[in-house]
Amino acid sequence: MAEDKFTAIVVGAGPAGSTAAYLLAREGLDVLLIEKGDTPGSKNMFGGRMYSYALNRIMPDFWEEAPLERPVAREIITLMDDEKSVSVTYRDENWLHPPYHSWVLLRADFDAWLASKAEEAGALLACNILVDDVVWDGDRIVGIQAGDDQLLADVVICADGANSLLTEKAGLRNRLLPHQVATGFKQVIELPPETINQRFQLNGSEGVAQLFAGSCTRGMQGGGFLYTNKNSISLGLVIKSSDLQHNQYYPAELLEDFKAHPTIAPLVADGREAEYSAHLVPEAGLEMAPRLFGSGILAAGDAAGFVINLGYLVRGMDLAIASGEAAARTVIQARTNNDFSAEGLSIYQQFLQETAVLTAMETYRQAPRFLDNRRLYEVYPALATGLLSRMFTVDETSPVHLMTKALNELKKNEMGLTRLIGDAWKGGRSL
Amino acid sequence: MKRLTVEEMLAFNKYVVDDEANHITLNRELCAACQNKACVYVCPAGLYTLKDGEINFDDAGCLECGTCRVICPQAISWQYPRGSFGVIYRYG
Repeated sequence: MAEDKFTAIVVGAGPAGSTAAYLLAREGLDVLLIEKGDTPGSKNMFGGRMYSYALNRIMPDFWEEAPLERPVAREIITLMDDEKSVSVTYRDENWLHPPYHSWVLLRADFDAWLASKAEEAGALLACNILVDDVVWDGDRIVGIQAGDDQLLADVVICADGANSLLTEKAGLRNRLLPHQVATGFKQVIELPPETINQRFQLNGSEGVAQLFAGSCTRGMQGGGFLYTNKNSISLGLVIKSSDLQHNQYYPAELLEDFKAHPTIAPLVADGREAEYSAHLVPEAGLEMAPRLFGSGILAAGDAAGFVINLGYLVRGMDLAIASGEAAARTVIQARTNNDFSAEGLSIYQQFLQETAVLTAMETYRQAPRFLDNRRLYEVYPALATGLLSRMFTVDETSPVHLMTKALNELKKNEMGLTRLIGDAWKGGRSL
Repeated sequence: MKRLTVEEMLAFNKYVVDDEANHITLNRELCAACQNKACVYVCPAGLYTLKDGEINFDDAGCLECGTCRVICPQAISWQYPRGSFGVIYRYG
């Protein structure tokens, strides 16, 4: 019987699961990596960018073999109303050399590659298998149930994504609530690489990451994103699910409106849409984190709620990979001690600190609360575009000084200076 | 660019449709009594539509995001499609 038992069963061959499986297999442990999709990555989507440090720590110089799209050379933040937009752009040459700061990538290729690394290291990869439940022995989890099959392991790692049914069934979390998650949806729009380079002022293989706030979400909490792939553009919106629930917009129409916005339309013109995808994003930070471990079980990546959204920056894949690393280190330690009880696995917390997952989550604990403020999506984008409009517009009326323009714009948006300063103060301390 | 309908958007995707099992089912009585019918406005795939005031639904075309599951635990019973079925992202 003992021969049939794995040391670890990892559910979900995304970045968290494949990283954990890779590291465990590298230690010579028996690891089963289960994926519900036809191939790893075939059920996954994201906006478009991975920060490099986490994977580089595990697989130095991964960019030499991983299927990546473009290293990000420029960040653009754009505030918009229906006619106007204001952008801040930042370019950094250092990001174009090892250890490339961040990469735009597509998940179907990338996740398949990362899972293949786990396989090469000796993990057993099983695709097309939906895990239905965990298997209990008393109060301890001893394996998983998939259809009629029961598979046993010392520990199960839940890396089954944002909409993790397994962490619920394992009693690690309650159902997700609409205000804890956002719905992300995007189109991949194909364009020739030269066209992309011209439109975004890029050389060679350089990439752009652009985030948008304002009219694209109709005042709902969230924003737009655009990432340049090699031969395509990933364009999408992320909107808090409870806001979609309480308004009457259609996501697909919001995306087509966004695409037709005068700031976006020339960027994607003559492109050929190739895919439409959607996914949940866990956005409530530590407030929504499940219990991260139990007897015979660990949660990693999106399933553990490890996403940081600061409005101007979104992190998910790096935290998924780092938490996969922490999970693997936990299992290796637990095996040495031959203790897979909740207490034996509690060292996961420490490894999550050491890999900077929990420290980052802790630093930004207040960010979700700060971002739950309609002014950020409605008033401030209108304020910024309105002020710039007053600055740059020349007509026959008597001009006023800049300060008067600013105050007039505040008044027009029914904003007081104290409220503005208050939001700036809170933002500065939570983001 | 030509404005796309949600049906046209879904047509870009690759799916393996499960003819034998639905992965999402609705409690029709609860749906009939529901005032908001928020499912209609949250689904990125636009799979929930109103027809004569009633919810019309088919899970073929589902992007498997889970938004409907989160906003309506009362009437929506939601599983992932069986292994090998459902959407197959080629880009992601």
